[in-house]
Amino acid sequence: MSFDIPDDRRYLESHEWALEDDGTVRVGITDFAQDELGDVVFVELPDEGDSLTQEEQFGVIESIKAVSDLYAPVSGEVVAINEALFDAPELVNEDPFGDGWMLEIDADDASELENLLSPEEYEEQIA
Amino acid sequence: MPLQTPPLRGLHDERGAKFTEFGGWDMPVEFDSIRTEHAAVREDVGVFDVSHMGQIHVTGPDATELMQRLTSNDVSRLHVGDSQYAAITDEEGIVIDDTVVYRLPNESDEGAADEDGEATYLFVPNAGADESTHERWITYRNEWDLEATVDNRTDEYAMLAVQGPNAAALVDDVIDEDVAELARFEAQYATVDGVECWTARTGYTGEDGFELIVPWSAAEDIWSQFDCQPCGLGARDTLRIEAGLLLAGQDFDRESNPRTPYEAGIGFTVDLETEFVGREALARVREEGVEEELVGFQLIDRGVPRHGYDITNTETRVIGTVTSGTMSPSLGKPIGLGYVPVEYAEPGTTLQVIVRGQSKKARVETTPFIDTV
Repeated sequence: MSFDIPDDRRYLESHEWALEDDGTVRVGITDFAQDELGDVVFVELPDEGDSLTQEEQFGVIESIKAVSDLYAPVSGEVVAINEALFDAPELVNEDPFGDGWMLEIDADDASELENLLSPEEYEEQIA
Repeated sequence: MPLQTPPLRGLHDERGAKFTEFGGWDMPVEFDSIRTEHAAVREDVGVFDVSHMGQIHVTGPDATELMQRLTSNDVSRLHVGDSQYAAITDEEGIVIDDTVVYRLPNESDEGAADEDGEATYLFVPNAGADESTHERWITYRNEWDLEATVDNRTDEYAMLAVQGPNAAALVDDVIDEDVAELARFEAQYATVDGVECWTARTGYTGEDGFELIVPWSAAEDIWSQFDCQPCGLGARDTLRIEAGLLLAGQDFDRESNPRTPYEAGIGFTVDLETEFVGREALARVREEGVEEELVGFQLIDRGVPRHGYDITNTETRVIGTVTSGTMSPSLGKPIGLGYVPVEYAEPGTTLQVIVRGQSKKARVETTPFIDTV
């Protein structure tokens, strides 16, 4: 089975993706991760205004069969969360790189993204 | 120890199933998605490979007595083609396993009940329990000097479960005989594509349906006859929790969570008029009452209850443990099962479940959580 791995973003070994736009980093989980989890039924996210440090746990995602922690790709302040996931967590399955996004972080230092995996490296990890 | 594989493993692989270890078997957990498979069974029909379930065959002049003394229900009530849910208990009345006992036609008399009482039984221990159950039957048979043959036929038979409101129509199309006329818990031999299968109107989903015990070598052919949604153990779990049905090793476990049938909510399987291992202990429990019992609950706050989470009262004192939990696909609500002291067991009682350190409000509900057959 092959999975989408968009080449416009960076990846964590724990299967989150990070897409930077002018210092703001949008975060979600990968196609591979949503497939592994199966039907997502619950997402727990931080509040806007919370501070995160890189690789800190920021939330939890639960499918019918499993529970997984979510980790921050960069340090910074949470400036937006995807509240649509509270009523429709299945968006993570349906569109993990789009409507299934989870939060946006105003990055303290966007160069932290360089510590993450490139699309090629992530593809190798899940191969 | 290598995992046992069902005879349908190759077909499941081709279909793109995901697998999980369960009771020592490598079984399909999901074919498409749990939600899709669950909905198929609630609204239409789905087919499960349940070949991990044990198959033990008991026959001979003392077969009835052996079955009577090792299961909690009254097997003497079974006519040929009947089946019965029962517990297997130890001397203390603790549930070792739960099982369905089928009375088969005697091989010698082509289906008629034997007038001298000789009977043939097939019963179905849970996955991974077939060997220990077989040993238990042999040990007691020898100790009691009974004349009965006990065969573990788990490796000879596969088992399929066709479940859902449209199961009868599908089974009627596939099976030569008119099995749609069978009542709940009735069974008979029926043929699929020329192969004789033990076909019972039983299941584990809360829906109408049939379970077919089929020769291992014919399993692929028979599975392929059922043109409907294939379902894995993931959907089986969400369906059975909604139906309030127990999972061995989770909702009861002789070692880690020893429970009597009365605590586990299956007191109806205990017939104290019969003599069986554990009867005296259970008569005392029946007399004195239980201190704890299994309840169903719904989480009112957001979150998903899981096996092993603590249950507290509203004063945050730990009073029990979640044994099973899920986000109910049918209800769209988080539900679970767990043991609590009887004073907290009344439907409507408010409890708390500790979900990863956070206290979430829950309410005791009557089970099954959904309407079942």
